[in-house]
Amino acid sequence: MKILAIETSCEHASVALLADECVRQRTLEGQGAHSERLLGEIRALLAEGGMKLRGLDAIAFGSGPGAFTGLRLACAVAQGLALGSGLGVAPVCSLAALAEQGEGEWLLAATDARMGEVYGAAYRRTENALVEVAAPHCVPPEALELPVAGGPWRVLGSALRAYPALIERFAPKLAGWDADAVPRAAQVALLARHQVRAGRLLPAELAAPLYVRDKVALTTAERLARGGRA
Amino acid sequence: MKVLGIESSCDETGVALYDSARGLLGHRVHSQIDLHAAYGGVVPELASRDHIRRLPLLVRETLAEAGCALSEIDALAYTAGPGLAGALLVGAGAAEALALALDVPALPIHHLEGHLLSPLLAADAPDFPFVALLVSGGHTQLMRVTGVGEYELLGESLDDAAGEAFDKTAKLLGLGYPGGPQLAALAATGSAGRFRLPRPMLNSGDLDFSFSGLKTAVLNVVSAPGWQAADAADLAADFQQAVVEVLVRKALAALRSTGLQRLVVAGGVGANRELRAQLDRAAARRGWRVYYPEAELCTDNGAMIAFAGALRLAAGAGGSREGRIAIRPRWPLAELMRP
Repeated sequence: MKILAIETSCEHASVALLADECVRQRTLEGQGAHSERLLGEIRALLAEGGMKLRGLDAIAFGSGPGAFTGLRLACAVAQGLALGSGLGVAPVCSLAALAEQGEGEWLLAATDARMGEVYGAAYRRTENALVEVAAPHCVPPEALELPVAGGPWRVLGSALRAYPALIERFAPKLAGWDADAVPRAAQVALLARHQVRAGRLLPAELAAPLYVRDKVALTTAERLARGGRA
Repeated sequence: MKVLGIESSCDETGVALYDSARGLLGHRVHSQIDLHAAYGGVVPELASRDHIRRLPLLVRETLAEAGCALSEIDALAYTAGPGLAGALLVGAGAAEALALALDVPALPIHHLEGHLLSPLLAADAPDFPFVALLVSGGHTQLMRVTGVGEYELLGESLDDAAGEAFDKTAKLLGLGYPGGPQLAALAATGSAGRFRLPRPMLNSGDLDFSFSGLKTAVLNVVSAPGWQAADAADLAADFQQAVVEVLVRKALAALRSTGLQRLVVAGGVGANRELRAQLDRAAARRGWRVYYPEAELCTDNGAMIAFAGALRLAAGAGGSREGRIAIRPRWPLAELMRP
């Protein structure tokens, strides 16, 4: 199975190429400008693996949640590549990709959502899959909870760096934690295998980011109701 | 040479296929007006979200209309700026990725170049050189155009764009969003001459514009005691007349100062009927001619981007296969290079 994966949901972007059991990954560290280098890295990755787009089984991308602009960059590039090569798209939740990096059975991925909130999602690793226990959600850090059932938990993600108090609060049910882990394209590719096997790939026009945070502006009526101006 | 054009700089998603031998083969625009109406203006994040939702389907529909397969495309052209950063990134990302997958070159296009070349898509197209009056919600500029990529800025608005003044004034009068066309429709039912509104910079001696004072003058009228909503149509007519008078006077001055005899009008406000009528009359008196894009190409669209890309390719621009997704939300037209 051959899958190209793109993950740009945070400032640590990466692309990966899965060919059978082997994953090659290239990271794009540094400030901004992921967009300028992203396609060049993809081309280099394909050349390294001696592969052409049309020879792949799917284009996968980290759909989020994360930085809105980054989610759209990955999605737009996945759409364009899929359209042009006739391939299907596999959106993979960026929090699942993050959790996939952790060891153990019970995993919580939690990232800094800015604006005083965090994105969180919980998973249980079974023999051959990562099963969602709590769907991706966006809450203030003090409202982020470990699911009642299961544990001890391994927690991964930037939310721990932004809100270290979470570690203390979770301590009794914690198997371990990693505040430096970020979603990576390698795990996006690995998780996308399930969608390829199940034949659940999307046409480009149905590939969409998973924003989770959906209220991004107030309507005129809402502004007026809050005593603001039209 | 078949060029697929993609436009996503603001609140319209446009895709078109232009063939240098056969003309415009397919053309689709999705307007986000309804999406932003409840917010009273364009919300950039919502605009970006809508672009990415619409774009791939618009590409498929455009190709179906053109009866053309993706594999027949020779190049991609996309709006790289100016515009909303998040919105531009959607079009640029998809276009560069599609170009890479198809192994064809991609051309980043300046949005305003698309607008000012769009009258050349009409059946009765002007030859170079000409003066271009670009009037939209984001821009009010006069340019001397001597060829593709040869644009000299003669004057521009120092504050609000003409279309912006229309929209803001419409809001003052309690009209819906987007206000410009509604204000023009209201003006058509009133008569000008009752309200004394300023003609900003009419005699400034240069080719620059200023429209924010006009909006303030309207605000003063509607906040004065004795203002009656029944007078709105007449006030709208006076407002429109003030804007049109300044645009016409400066456009004629630009023709005089450059010695050119052809005026090209582009951008959303170029669809305003009063502006067209007065420009046509004034130009005809002097034996000059005014050219407009087809009505459906006045607003943002992919056709003008595909067309600008095709003209650049024909003029020797090779496009790029590097796959650099580079947008320029602020991009002065004067920095644009010749192909």
